[in-house]
Amino acid sequence: MMELSFQVLMAGVLAGAAPLILATMGETLTEKAGVINLSLDGTILLSAMTAFVVAYESHSLILAFLAAGLVGVMVAAVVAGAGIYLGQSQVAVGFVLTLMCRDLAYFLGNPYSRLQGPQVGLTPLPFLKDIPGLGPVLFQQSWITYASVALIAATWAFIYRTRWGLELRAVGEHPHAAYARGINARRVQLTYALVGGFLVGLAGAAFSLCTKPGWGRPQGAEGMGWIALAIVIFGGWEPVKVALGTYLFALLQILGISLQGVLPSVPTQVFQVAPFPLMIFTLVFMHLSQRPGAERWAAGRPWLLRLMRLLRGTAPRALGQPYRQE
Amino acid sequence: MHIQLKEIHKFYGPVHANQGIDLTVDSGTIHGILGENGAGKSTLMKILAGYIQKSSGEILLDGQAVEFRNPAMASRMGIGMLYQDPLDFPPLTVLENFMLGQVQGTRLSQAGWGAKLQELAQHFDFQLDPHAPLATLTVGERQQLELLRLLSLGARLLILDEPTTGISPVQKQVLFHALKKLAREGKTVLVVSHKIEDVEALCDRVTILRQGRVTGEMDAPFDSETILAHMFGTPPVAPPKCAKEAGGEVLAFRQVSAQGGRAGLKDCTVSFQRGQVVGLAGLEGSGQGVFLRLAAGLQRPLKGAVFLDGRDMRGADHHEFKRRGVTFLPTARLEEGLIPGLSITEHFALAACRQTFLVPWLDALKEARTRVERFKIRGTPETSVEGLSGGNQQRLLLSLIPPSPKVLLLEQPTRGLDVESAHWMWQHLLGLCDQGTTILFSSAELDEILMVADRVLVFFNGRIVLDVTAAQADPERIGAAIAGRAPDSE
Repeated sequence: MMELSFQVLMAGVLAGAAPLILATMGETLTEKAGVINLSLDGTILLSAMTAFVVAYESHSLILAFLAAGLVGVMVAAVVAGAGIYLGQSQVAVGFVLTLMCRDLAYFLGNPYSRLQGPQVGLTPLPFLKDIPGLGPVLFQQSWITYASVALIAATWAFIYRTRWGLELRAVGEHPHAAYARGINARRVQLTYALVGGFLVGLAGAAFSLCTKPGWGRPQGAEGMGWIALAIVIFGGWEPVKVALGTYLFALLQILGISLQGVLPSVPTQVFQVAPFPLMIFTLVFMHLSQRPGAERWAAGRPWLLRLMRLLRGTAPRALGQPYRQE
Repeated sequence: MHIQLKEIHKFYGPVHANQGIDLTVDSGTIHGILGENGAGKSTLMKILAGYIQKSSGEILLDGQAVEFRNPAMASRMGIGMLYQDPLDFPPLTVLENFMLGQVQGTRLSQAGWGAKLQELAQHFDFQLDPHAPLATLTVGERQQLELLRLLSLGARLLILDEPTTGISPVQKQVLFHALKKLAREGKTVLVVSHKIEDVEALCDRVTILRQGRVTGEMDAPFDSETILAHMFGTPPVAPPKCAKEAGGEVLAFRQVSAQGGRAGLKDCTVSFQRGQVVGLAGLEGSGQGVFLRLAAGLQRPLKGAVFLDGRDMRGADHHEFKRRGVTFLPTARLEEGLIPGLSITEHFALAACRQTFLVPWLDALKEARTRVERFKIRGTPETSVEGLSGGNQQRLLLSLIPPSPKVLLLEQPTRGLDVESAHWMWQHLLGLCDQGTTILFSSAELDEILMVADRVLVFFNGRIVLDVTAAQADPERIGAAIAGRAPDSE
């Protein structure tokens, strides 16, 4: 019995984290290139609404995902264009866009509230799903979940194993040096802002077509964009660590729901809200481990020191400061 | 490669940085470009490397007119430049830095490029670990890597902007050796410098710039007097040494150990008297930086204690040290010393004026006016500090020192300054020492230390390996100590 519930829990974590993984991987790519797209929360809602409406009207899930990705690209284009080419503050533009996109989503999506629409179902993989233990956890999922796991590996490989990834990191660190080496820093920044925006848009679609199906006010994905931004920062801009952070958040959310049944006397709101402060505490703890004092304290405990070093990350040096030609 | 520059002009807004410069560089030679700060050397070289675009003029490579719109175009023509502020990527590894910009295709074949890097490094006797993060390398090693990268890209003209700034004497030897080898192999080398001794040791021919114009050209062997005259109009005079007798103990270190830099500081016990001028010599990161930061209270010792006027300063912060008369001038002027974006007047309003609710603007402005004049800062009280040249930023920092400090700590105070600015600065500082200020300064220039200090400490690997008075200090013995060949132990 215990084993079964553990399986259910793990499967739930993988599935529940899938949309957030899309968003955090997208934002990791964008920020690695030195652009900070703060509009995530609004973008996710707007693209979630778009995806639901397109799916509802056209009955095509592929079209819905493409439309949502396009919305993400367009919002990212505004942030990147204003930041890279017009020299505006990416933070200010992104923040305003967050609020605007959210209200736009509620306004435009109002006629489609609380309707039954198409959903992405489960796609158990033949043979693999029958592996005892692992099978039900890993291979009885929707294809969004499979894609999200593959995306983690792909993002990591792209950033650390390809020439484009190397150029991407170089631009985020020192755009002027990249320019001196013949790399078009602005084009690279724009490209990865748009790619990141596309993935964030897909995240929105994954929410409204799979994880929290349907559209309404509230949709249920509110706040996810901000959490995604926080996870990217404290994941140290490393795709694998960012992914682990995302799964941790999903685990906290699911634990909250499960505990609700165990402790019926506690108000349900506590469990709904608990993952957010818990996530912040976890992130703060990870961040504290980077202080020299903590390092000295851990000096006598080698495994702890190694863990702390592993959790460490530094921001791309040119983050939020677009390349300006001399 | 034969290079000819004709009538190069460059305007930065109203500033006329290059005023019709003509320059011819022959193939297979090492050509020096000499001039004080702000003479327009770097601008000219960045134009040649395609990093910035000229306002007018002509560039001929082997007789062919070329037009560079970006560095990539210059790079394809075989021009490579080592910039003064290294344009590389500290968080990436040595190998990644090497590959960046020259790899084609999608996949990174680390093994192949690693072998290429090793082969090139061996050719020049450079020691580079391909998998070390670049951040762990010294400035000299980063420079070596850049040099190899440019050669691997197929550079036939190498431009080096102030290559000897911030590197150790040993690394300088290695670099010069490599450059001479390159010239013998037919490459053309352009070296930009404000140090006459570098040019004398290295170049076949030198062009001297002053205020955006060519003022002289000559072939080796060079005459320093003539070069100085071309650089400055009238040659500057070395400042006199401080003649004051040393007084009682002001600052003391007792068995201090600390982390930081490359070597940290290990078990250091030393004391300083009133009115002393102490030069801290050693390779960059041998412990001088940590030492100065400990003395300023910016960093806390792991073991041992720092004493100021006999008082144990354990637990005191930088502000406490400051109240007791310790002033620290870091080498990163704009990052640690001044506040970019604020004007000269605003700096005085922050530092020198009374603590009132409303800013006493009139007092601050008056203060700024008198100091700008007294310290000969080229700027107005309204100028924002990042608009000042390096030398003028240093003068502003000096003018912000509170009157008669007890201990003055200077980290590489003349780094990036030309001879004239440096002499002016030392004249002012030694005047302070006549009033009883103890001055501790680190410097990469042994000549500077021998010129002004009356006591020399040599750091090696986090320890003080030599502590002598100026009278006992001879360059060879100090040089040996800097390189870690411990002298006859005392």
